[in-house]
Amino acid sequence: MEQESPNKFLPYMRKDRLPHIFCTGCGNGTIISAFLKGMQKAEMDFENIAMVSGIGCSSRIPGYMECDSLHTTHGRALSFATGLKVSNPDLDVVVFSGDGDAASIGGNHLIHAARKNIDLTVICINNNIYGMTGGQISPTSPKGSIGTTAPYGTDDYPFKLAELVAAAGATYSARWTTVQIDNLVGSIKKALKNPGFSFVEVASQCPTYFGRKNKLRTPTAMAVTMKMNTVFKSEADRMREKDLEGKIIVGEFADKQRPDYTDNIQKLSEAKSGGKTLRYSAYMDDI
Amino acid sequence: MTEELFIQGNEACAKGALKAGCRLFAGYPITPSTEVAETLAKELPKVGGSFIQMEDEIASAGAIIGSSWGGTKSMTATSGPGFSLMQENIGYAFITETPIVIVDVQRGSPSTGQPTMAAQGDIMQARWGSHGDYEPIVLSPSSVQEYFDFTVRAFNLAEKYRTPVFVMSDEVVGHMREKVIIRDDLEIIPRVKPESSENYLPFRNVKNGTNPMPAFGQGFDIHVTGLTHDERGYPDTDDPKTHETLVKRICDKILNNKDDICDIVAEDTENADIVVISYGAPVRSMITAVKNAQAEGKKVGYIKINTPWPFPDEQIYELTKSASDVIVIEMNLGQLYYEIDRVVKCHANTHLIDKIGGLLPTPNEILAKIEDVGGN
Repeated sequence: MEQESPNKFLPYMRKDRLPHIFCTGCGNGTIISAFLKGMQKAEMDFENIAMVSGIGCSSRIPGYMECDSLHTTHGRALSFATGLKVSNPDLDVVVFSGDGDAASIGGNHLIHAARKNIDLTVICINNNIYGMTGGQISPTSPKGSIGTTAPYGTDDYPFKLAELVAAAGATYSARWTTVQIDNLVGSIKKALKNPGFSFVEVASQCPTYFGRKNKLRTPTAMAVTMKMNTVFKSEADRMREKDLEGKIIVGEFADKQRPDYTDNIQKLSEAKSGGKTLRYSAYMDDI
Repeated sequence: MTEELFIQGNEACAKGALKAGCRLFAGYPITPSTEVAETLAKELPKVGGSFIQMEDEIASAGAIIGSSWGGTKSMTATSGPGFSLMQENIGYAFITETPIVIVDVQRGSPSTGQPTMAAQGDIMQARWGSHGDYEPIVLSPSSVQEYFDFTVRAFNLAEKYRTPVFVMSDEVVGHMREKVIIRDDLEIIPRVKPESSENYLPFRNVKNGTNPMPAFGQGFDIHVTGLTHDERGYPDTDDPKTHETLVKRICDKILNNKDDICDIVAEDTENADIVVISYGAPVRSMITAVKNAQAEGKKVGYIKINTPWPFPDEQIYELTKSASDVIVIEMNLGQLYYEIDRVVKCHANTHLIDKIGGLLPTPNEILAKIEDVGGN
């Protein structure tokens, strides 16, 4: 790692890939910083991290990080990550995803990865819109919000991802926004250390598409609105459902322990073969 | 030690995978392929391998690609409906040059079709199922022994050319029981790790087309993407040259090595008036029919195609030169037939035995066609 750097997180980035493609005011930069800060606080070895992502703005993040990174097909990142983690359980596998990628096309993979409680850390950047394709509504778009595919406002009911994933069996699930950095960093740290499926949803701003269509043109307007709409879980638990409409409930939705999927495979291997599963066996000529 | 077993086709496939070094299987239950998964669920934990039952076939294909980048030879097995679901990630495996093996135990189709009956309706899906230009390697076994041997070869070819390989069997070969000899001196090709991460380019435009492949966690810090990428693996989607260079290299590394990859068996074709051509399960009836026709004094030979893709066009052309008629047998309404017709129509008439419904064409049906076509 370089000693001198204008940004303390720059050593973790592929400098030959900069500048990045993210729009001005996008929440992705804040979340990358929060992730790296959480990683440092968790005392993780960055060299041991492998990143996996699907398709969408948030899924471009691993491509900018100086680590092994697998930029896969739309919605399928968790299935690739599952194979990678089982193939080499020594790796710390982190998945970056968005609301369209994780909750729409990848919804089935999301609940099954949570059910398996496989030791992956998912950072799901929820900006309530398809940004890469130009502003279509997503499964998390708030009721009434405008997108190019909902020019009169969507009537659909949005998914509550952190709650959904907790219900599906994840051992750690939390939601924060890009304006609650300390909480977000704390959850990322916990998620990375949790030996099981960990999901951190980050409500984020997309001023370019969500903001422009929904009278929140500036990043500041989006951040202020997000902050105003935030309700802590402990408070939300005492509120009526009607009063929570349009609110962003932040906090932890799962924080428990149960056996992790890869551990179970290791135990089975130990019982049947007398040792852990083989690492890098494709390179062995005497297998 | 050489083993001699009497086992089912799908079991032989699983044993071939284990022999070839496969240490991860991810799959989803589907008839008539499920015994491959069941056998590996039992056997993989005994050899330090992993078995994963995924939520669907899309995820199964994703998991084996992820696993392959983790440094493990990986496989899935399915049938037509699952193979259709896998096509998206198959395209990903081609553009990222990821060695994987996919077994498709074909059944009556389209759609849910005939789950317990044999067919060869996926042979064009194996060729063109995913979007875009790519060159698949496809092996088509006609016996339980070949199902074992071709599965081993599929892993070897996948590693040698850093590419997905398909084993296209069918319900007949999948479920029949036959003797299998497992030799202990089989050639197994391990993956090649790059010598050093210094100046290493995972997608270099090398002359032979195939680069060594590191695994995640070995310190290479590589980026792998389904987007059109440069030699470093970085997305470069606007430069026509980058795209052309990448896609042509991926195709050429297969096409330029057809001599190594293509495998066909020809019998009595030199002076034949009629050449019968087939692949997979119908080969069994074809050989009997040709022998019977020869006993009647007809000048008939046959070609058995073990690798439908890349299509062995030069060999087919040469081996049918003396023939006036070529009969193609397929358990579909004509798929590889058109490829064969393209090659031989300048010198021979082509005829098709297109048997669908799930049953193998019988030797008598084929013999009747040979007699119908003529030949002296």
